Amino acid sequence: MTSQLAARSSRLVSRVGAVARSAKAAGSKVLLVLASLALVAGCRQDMHDQPRYKALRPSTFFADGSSARPLVEGTIARGTLQGDEPFFTGKDGKDDVTELPFAVDETVLDRGQERYNIYCSPCHDRTGSGNGMVVQRGYRQPPSFHIDRLRTAAAGHFFDVITNGFGAMPDYKAQIAPRDRWAIVAYVRALQLAQHAAASDVPGGDPTKLAKPAAEGSEKKH
Amino acid sequence: MSQIFHRHANIYARLSMIAVAVVAVSIGGAVALLNVSGYNTKQDEFVEQPIQFSHLHHVGGMGIDCRYCHTSVEESAFANIPPTKTCMNCHSQIWNTAPILEPVRASLRDDTPLHWTRVHDLPDFVYFNHSIHVKKGMGCATCHGPVDKMPLMYQHATLQMSWCLDCHRNPARYIRPREQVFNMSWRPPSDDPDMGARLVKQYKIASVEQLTSCSTCHR
Ligand code: HEC
Ligand code: HEC
Ligand code: HEC
Ligand code: HEC
Ligand code: HEC
Ligand code: HEC
Repeated sequence: MTSQLAARSSRLVSRVGAVARSAKAAGSKVLLVLASLALVAGCRQDMHDQPRYKALRPSTFFADGSSARPLVEGTIARGTLQGDEPFFTGKDGKDDVTELPFAVDETVLDRGQERYNIYCSPCHDRTGSGNGMVVQRGYRQPPSFHIDRLRTAAAGHFFDVITNGFGAMPDYKAQIAPRDRWAIVAYVRALQLAQHAAASDVPGGDPTKLAKPAAEGSEKKH
Repeated sequence: MSQIFHRHANIYARLSMIAVAVVAVSIGGAVALLNVSGYNTKQDEFVEQPIQFSHLHHVGGMGIDCRYCHTSVEESAFANIPPTKTCMNCHSQIWNTAPILEPVRASLRDDTPLHWTRVHDLPDFVYFNHSIHVKKGMGCATCHGPVDKMPLMYQHATLQMSWCLDCHRNPARYIRPREQVFNMSWRPPSDDPDMGARLVKQYKIASVEQLTSCSTCHR
């Protein structure tokens, strides 16, 4: 009888023990997970910030503190040899070139419009009259593109102004690639023509046919 | 002869098992919540900069296009931060004596770069590329939020893997016409529910398998 009882109670104890053990095991699993999460959080930064340079990262190695190095003077990257003088300077010898160095089609004009609206319209506004937002906030007012002097100016002059700046206007050679500068020149020409078109310039002589796409173009948002 | 354990012990034992499960689940939940919370992702927190540069004034107020400053975003993986020269294009004349812009002028004078504080920073084991997203009709605002209303820049998205995958699994939901990528106020047209699927086809967006394959982003 007593031995039976002892066996029974020990079975009970071991059952409770098993429950406790499994509870403890679950507890320690949670602890393990938490600990490994903490570890993961700890490791994380090493792989996050690997000892290599990505664009514009600072450097402690170079005196000026930046990892990006300026080109050694006279370096010419592949494909950027500026051998084609008129294309890269807008000048043929001493004179401004009068024609664009490549044929203008609709893709060139579209590209020109897009680039003009990004880089020039803050000051020259979308129609080229020189009342852009930045001018309204106090920047010196540029001349309108529609004055006679600029309407008769050579294409190369515009290219040169974009490349090297002009008086109070900053240069845009770092922001705009040469081909895009020419596209802008083509678009400025189109703007000038649009402001001075006679009814006879319109195919069929009906200027109302022109009015719509032109208005759409100047409203187009990018 | 009395029993060593009262009958109730059984209930306590069972209850404690449930309690352990509840505690484990809630700790897991808390960790998961913490993981996606702003505390971990640094989401929606303004980041102090050496100069209080305001996208609200420059983009929202004056309508300057992103590409005027972030010139490389269409062609390269990295959307560059504008150099001092770009600021001076305008600030040589506007607010050219304001103390708030002194660091910019000093940077030009001494030919030292400005040190901006990064706002978005993916771990180095992730590869991201702006040019492909811009070319395939993903708007700046989709990932960066209402930049034109930010007086100081903050991170709009979590930048977690699940965020990238959410779009890579279903780009049709976020795609927009290419010309609208830089437009901060574009909204999907309500009268054209098929636009997404159509553009995905038209722009030849890569398959979901390719876009969710680990080596696309971990290369
Ligand atoms: C930050 C404002 C600003 C931006 C942006 C700007 N310009 Fe100008 N631009 C000026 C100012 C100011 C002048 C007048 C300069 C002067 O006469 O001193 C000017 C003058 C000009 C002239 C007339 C030069 C002459 O012979 O009188 C042309 C052409 C021109 N800009 C073209 C452009 C083009 C093309 C772009 C876009 C790539 C552009 N500008 C962007 C401010 C700007
Ligand atoms: C006048 C120049 C300018 C224009 C225009 C501009 N930005 Fe910025 N942008 C900056 C500068 C400077 C910084 C760095 C300082 C900062 O983070 O606020 C920056 C930072 C950013 C960052 C955060 C970079 C990081 O550190 O992670 C994002 C995102 C951004 N710009 C998006 C845009 C978008 C989208 C647009 C167009 C809607 C835009 N920017 C237009 C100058 C500009
Ligand atoms: C296209 C012209 C332009 C460029 C480029 C530009 N700014 Fe501005 N910025 C302005 C104008 C205009 C104001 C005046 C804003 C106003 O009146 O609301 C201004 C105002 C500011 C202010 C004063 C506080 C404020 O936001 O009104 C700071 C600071 C500033 N700019 C910093 C910069 C920095 C830094 C850069 C270069 C990343 C930069 N700007 C590039 C035109 C420009
Ligand atoms: C698909 C989402 C997505 C789109 C669309 C997007 N960006 Fe980003 N952008 C990011 C991510 C992610 C980062 C962080 C990159 C990193 O840390 O390497 C980032 C970082 C930046 C930075 C900081 C510099 C860098 O490249 O790390 C600038 C500036 C920026 N974006 C501007 C823009 C502009 C402007 C546009 C619109 C043409 C744009 N972004 C569109 C996701 C996006
Ligand atoms: C709003 C939608 C969207 C978000 C958010 C997004 N992507 Fe993308 N991603 C795209 C689309 C669309 C493509 C273009 C797929 C194609 O046709 O090649 C793409 C392409 C890519 C590619 C190039 C794939 C290749 O084949 O070269 C990489 C890398 C990439 N994404 C990384 C990321 C990372 C990393 C994130 C998160 C930080 C992210 N993307 C967030 C939509 C998104
Ligand atoms: C669309 C891009 C994309 C794809 C596809 C992708 N990942 Fe990721 N992954 C990320 C980004 C972004 C992070 C950084 C998340 C963060 O910083 O919280 C990341 C982080 C990780 C991490 C580290 C998590 C941590 O907490 O540090 C692992 C592990 C991982 N990814 C594995 C994978 C595996 C395995 C696959 C393929 C099944 C995969 N990834 C596919 C974008 C991607």
